[in-house]
Amino acid sequence: MGYLSVVVLLPLAALVWSSRSGGLAALWQEATRPEALAALKLTLGVAAVCALVNAVAGTGIAWVLVRDRFAGKSVVDSLIDLPFALPTIVAGLTLLALYGPSGPFGVDVGFTRLGLLLALLFVTLPFVVRAVQPVLLELDTEMEEAAASLGAGAFAIFRRIVFPNLLPAILSGVALAFARAVGEFGAVVLISGNIPFKTEVSSVYIFGQLQSGNGTGAAAVSVLLLAISLGVLLAIGAFRHWRTRHDRA
Amino acid sequence: MKGICLALVMAAVLVGSAAGSSAGGSIDLVAYSTPKDAYGKIISAFQATVAGNGVSFNQSYAASGDQARAVAGGLPADIVALSLDPDINYLVQKNIVPKNWKSANKYHGVVSDSVVVFVVRDGNPKHITGWGDLVKPGIQVITPNPFTSGGARWNVMAAYGALRHSGKSDKQAIKYLYKLFHHVPVQPASARDALSVFAQGKGDVLLTYQNDAIYAEKKGVHTEYHVPKATILIETPVALTKSGLAKPAAKAFFKFLWSPAAQRAFGDQGYQPVVKSVAKSYRFYRPPGLFTIASKRYGLNGWPKVNRRFFDPKKGIMAAVERSLGH
Repeated sequence: MGYLSVVVLLPLAALVWSSRSGGLAALWQEATRPEALAALKLTLGVAAVCALVNAVAGTGIAWVLVRDRFAGKSVVDSLIDLPFALPTIVAGLTLLALYGPSGPFGVDVGFTRLGLLLALLFVTLPFVVRAVQPVLLELDTEMEEAAASLGAGAFAIFRRIVFPNLLPAILSGVALAFARAVGEFGAVVLISGNIPFKTEVSSVYIFGQLQSGNGTGAAAVSVLLLAISLGVLLAIGAFRHWRTRHDRA
Repeated sequence: MKGICLALVMAAVLVGSAAGSSAGGSIDLVAYSTPKDAYGKIISAFQATVAGNGVSFNQSYAASGDQARAVAGGLPADIVALSLDPDINYLVQKNIVPKNWKSANKYHGVVSDSVVVFVVRDGNPKHITGWGDLVKPGIQVITPNPFTSGGARWNVMAAYGALRHSGKSDKQAIKYLYKLFHHVPVQPASARDALSVFAQGKGDVLLTYQNDAIYAEKKGVHTEYHVPKATILIETPVALTKSGLAKPAAKAFFKFLWSPAAQRAFGDQGYQPVVKSVAKSYRFYRPPGLFTIASKRYGLNGWPKVNRRFFDPKKGIMAAVERSLGH
């Protein structure tokens, strides 16, 4: 608990503390400026889409890694974590080179919201995969075999047996991916275009306020962002909790 | 690959040299990122002199505004080399740099200068030579975001001053800024980011420093640059901090920055040297309509006034311009 306080709670408390220097009214005014709100909406929207895509794709990847056998599986398995190891600014630049105006595939999504989403998908890939994988490994295949012997189709087995067992893990992966997507800076600063109201995300907006000496504005948006993220994480946690109890009953 | 090279340059934030065990002591140099190569050469040249013999350096390079905040937050610095005066004035406010830093020598603390130029695609297919060309239909202009990048502020003031130079009123020049930013499809966070974006093929013209344009050519980005008829003189300041003033080695190095060897190192990197004897051999083109940030005639009146009027994040003219992009 002491460790948690020093490493996490102290910095967060300091941020909240520093944000109140201008008074609550000033804080509210800063956080609700139209360009700040536009950035916030974009950030939360893209993070939500990113989390959803991860829920599906991440579960799929985990499934393939656990249930399928193929050559080079362990290599692929190690590749999953690489997005974490790459400095995110390099990731952003590499993605821009791939999907930007002079990319080799002829698709140009650089400086658009789609480009933003691709960058976030890249850096958040491991979360759901790594959350689901161990649960899937532990999952007893006997239940599925029993269902199959009773005549359940592949889809029914997945929906009734596998999915409910995986859901808590998927949700914790989704929560992590969402939180990371909300706060990401390095990977998106280059590819997003940073046009206010169009492609500027909150982290870049906050950076701009800091660079212009408006610490209150930066802190205000950060605190609002944190509060909303906390709300979303709590909601996901509560849903998970409810599901688990619901299943037992 | 080009892109990845640039990324590595951007990622190289902190470079510390070996800790000083010598008699000469050590100097903490905190600088913005672009003149890194120049300072590398200058430091070697300084260490070969009598005054610099045995002096070791701790060097740190990053974005100018970040460096100013880092120093204010406690990063040791004897000499600060930043991209514009307001960043050093911020350190004056924090009681780290003495108030009279500009009167350190007859160059007012300016080691080299440059101008805002237009970088265009090979052969200038869109025929972009003047400020009016930037707001023609279909032209895409790349400039960093003026709230995240100090370099972008030079661009904005170059545009405003150039319009005033051509006889336009204050109102007309401001209207031009609105028009100009509607031609900007991307506002990268820094000058270096902007260069990467342009090198990736986005945009028809990039507004940047002349020295950065020269750097891009050296790195093999296929571009050419044009100096518009009227543009702003970019002066990058260096100052001794209070701790630097107490160190003879730091003072000697500060003085050395205006020596012919150091000035040549700046010139070799595309910066115009300010010391006359050296400047002669590096005549980078300067247009007839050159003006400075202090220009009273064009209504600029120096950084403090410009910053308040144009770049206040709430009430500044550029804040209103950025807000207008939402409509």
